Amino acid sequence: MKILVGVKRVVDFNVRIQVKADGSGVTTDGVKMSMNPFDEIAVEEALRIKEAGNAEEVIVVTIGPKAAQEQLRTALAMGADRAIHVETDDEIQPLTAARILQALAEKEAPKLVLLGKQAIDDDNNQTAQMLGALSHWPQATFASEVEIEGDKATVIREVDAGLETLSVDLPAVISADLRLNEPRYVKLPDIMKAKRKPLETVTVEELGVEHVAAVKVLKTAAPAKREAGIIVESVDELVAALKEKGLI
Amino acid sequence: MERESMEFDVVIVGAGPAGLSAACKLMQLAQETEQELMVCVIEKGSEVGAHILSGAVLEPTAMNELFPDWKEKGAPLNVPVKGDDVYYLTGEEKGIKTPNFLVPKPMHNEGNYVVSMGNVCRWLAEQAEGMGVEIFPGFTASKIVYNDDGSVKGVLTGDMGVAEDGSKKDSYMPGMELLAKQTIFAEGCRGHLGKQLMESFNLNKDADPQHYGLGIKEVWTIDPEKHQEGLVVHTAGWPLDNHTEGGGFLYHMENNQVSLGFIIALNYTNPHLSLFDEMQRWKLNPKISQFLEGGERVSYGARAVNKGGMQSVPKLSFPGGLLVGCDAGFLNGAKIKGNHTAMKTGMLAAETIIESIKAGDIANKELSLMGDKYKSSWVFYELHKTRNFGPALHKFGTLMGGSFAWLDQNIFGGKMPFTWHNTTPDHATLKPAVDCTAPNYPKPDGKITFDKLSSVFLSSTNHEEDQPCHLQLADSSIPINQNLPLYDEPAQRYCPAGVYEVVKDEQGNDKFQINGQNCVHCKTCDIKDPAQNITWVTPEGGGGPNYGNM
Repeated sequence: MKILVGVKRVVDFNVRIQVKADGSGVTTDGVKMSMNPFDEIAVEEALRIKEAGNAEEVIVVTIGPKAAQEQLRTALAMGADRAIHVETDDEIQPLTAARILQALAEKEAPKLVLLGKQAIDDDNNQTAQMLGALSHWPQATFASEVEIEGDKATVIREVDAGLETLSVDLPAVISADLRLNEPRYVKLPDIMKAKRKPLETVTVEELGVEHVAAVKVLKTAAPAKREAGIIVESVDELVAALKEKGLI
Repeated sequence: MERESMEFDVVIVGAGPAGLSAACKLMQLAQETEQELMVCVIEKGSEVGAHILSGAVLEPTAMNELFPDWKEKGAPLNVPVKGDDVYYLTGEEKGIKTPNFLVPKPMHNEGNYVVSMGNVCRWLAEQAEGMGVEIFPGFTASKIVYNDDGSVKGVLTGDMGVAEDGSKKDSYMPGMELLAKQTIFAEGCRGHLGKQLMESFNLNKDADPQHYGLGIKEVWTIDPEKHQEGLVVHTAGWPLDNHTEGGGFLYHMENNQVSLGFIIALNYTNPHLSLFDEMQRWKLNPKISQFLEGGERVSYGARAVNKGGMQSVPKLSFPGGLLVGCDAGFLNGAKIKGNHTAMKTGMLAAETIIESIKAGDIANKELSLMGDKYKSSWVFYELHKTRNFGPALHKFGTLMGGSFAWLDQNIFGGKMPFTWHNTTPDHATLKPAVDCTAPNYPKPDGKITFDKLSSVFLSSTNHEEDQPCHLQLADSSIPINQNLPLYDEPAQRYCPAGVYEVVKDEQGNDKFQINGQNCVHCKTCDIKDPAQNITWVTPEGGGGPNYGNM
């Protein structure tokens, strides 16, 4: 079976985000970009499924500008077999992303689509769910454990009440949570090999997907600065201070 | 243990201006002479540029030679220097502008560019990759691999996935050997392998000890009304006394940003001096604060520089490898610039290798041609010309030394018939704490000045938490038993990232704590520790700061 894994190029998680002066977004010029950490977990899981003998091919796909090929090369260096780059300079919202993935899934016919549960840049947490609905495939989100057996996948998901175990028929969409696995380090020779692995480029139009921007971002603002605190000497003083602020 | 290995013609350690220029020049020359050359560059930063910190005003001499068409190719040298102000600060409130004719000639900046060296390196890396160089960011060169005959065979990349206690985690991946006919070491100032090479091959036996400074830098986005793209400001004097060398800079970059910083020579004598606090309070002088008020600080970082100049340059070749850039120490202290000399010496290493290939087998040989090339290059010419600049400031203090420097550079053109030496290493200059007074630093105001931890936060520094500490003590008792009583453990104050603290343990005894995860890889501790007890080694690859346009 084939596994299709979606990865997104985002501002690296170590970078301190800076909001543009005009509030139109965050600064990405000269900022380190990386693969969305949840997507990296999804790639790792796909590779482990393949290494366990339950899949033959891992295909990674990204939607984004030319530079996003860096993230595809990283996934190829981790061990993915080939990559598809859906090249666009437009901002892609979850619904469009899901439609693109649906079109690719129809073309590639994978038994499993693995995605990160959300991207750390827009925190939407929608694409996997939308893809499941559009394809009429079962979905298992926030996976912390995945097991493949024949035409079924058993997925443990982290929910508020604890752990929930689902069994889904394949083909299915699974989204990866933080504790699913710890992604591997990439080896030097594999980085060199990754440069020669196949990477195909298509456009959104070629996939027959119409670009929709259902949501408009009105403003981006930095969190309000925390005000300096005060040190109180006693509980009474604390209670008085809280009362003064109308908090109790 | 048997390790995997990969073979190249040339392995370059460090993707900075020197290493990348060497890589580019190697490929250019290989193309000209129609030979296949396998070249790889490894870089400990998580990406090219992540560990690059420099002023910077770039003198484009080396760039013109390497890529005469750099403009068409889109090199990020976008801001020509338009104004050049030098102030002598006399106190917190005051500063005198030095008339242009009184400024030593090497400090003039016509024809130079205000740049982010991080971005210049990213661009150089693109050029190198375009010519077929393999660049591997996120991999450290942790050890030197030697042949049986003692020549350098290559480097060993650091193991990944080792826990703090030394055990192997699930993600463990052993390092591999990168073997080469020639290895170019371009780690930057106080490279940890460069330091080992100097010892193994006694490379500095005919040189003065290297001298260093620590540069602490910030980038601010300022009020567009106050921004003057291309304006370059330097300061001498306050807050340092006349016998502590150092000075400040403030460069107006693109996009309403300024890059500013303060460099203090690491031969300072007062162990109470806090390098971070000196930098912070320097910003309060109106000559600097006038630009910053109403602005926002966006980035912070620090890096040691070498400033020993000509007298401290070691031998550059040894069997199997070459030293280039700040790993050897080509910064021109009079110009306060080392990027052009770093680039040029990288290019000289490339020429050395290609010309030696023509002459025969280069595998693990010593290419002494490198030393000859350096001696006949403009790098040597300019370092020779300014050789007495640093020692003059050291001997006579900022004012008298500065006057000498003016006379030497502007009247005699650096041709006075003598060479001064400074043979005391920087770690040996501290006076006992009891003999010195502690400066009284103002509390951070949260507008112009800040505390250390919120500063380190802006360097986007990250190290995998569960890994062995990369700051190693040869004798763990020295900080508390020796450095604390004698010097009030100066590591607490020279480290710009809050790595070193003296805290109380549960029994109320003093304890030396190392917060290695804060380390911005500046190397100051390795240089300044009076007992030379701290050794900086490479942490897990990809760790350290994540500088953007520093």
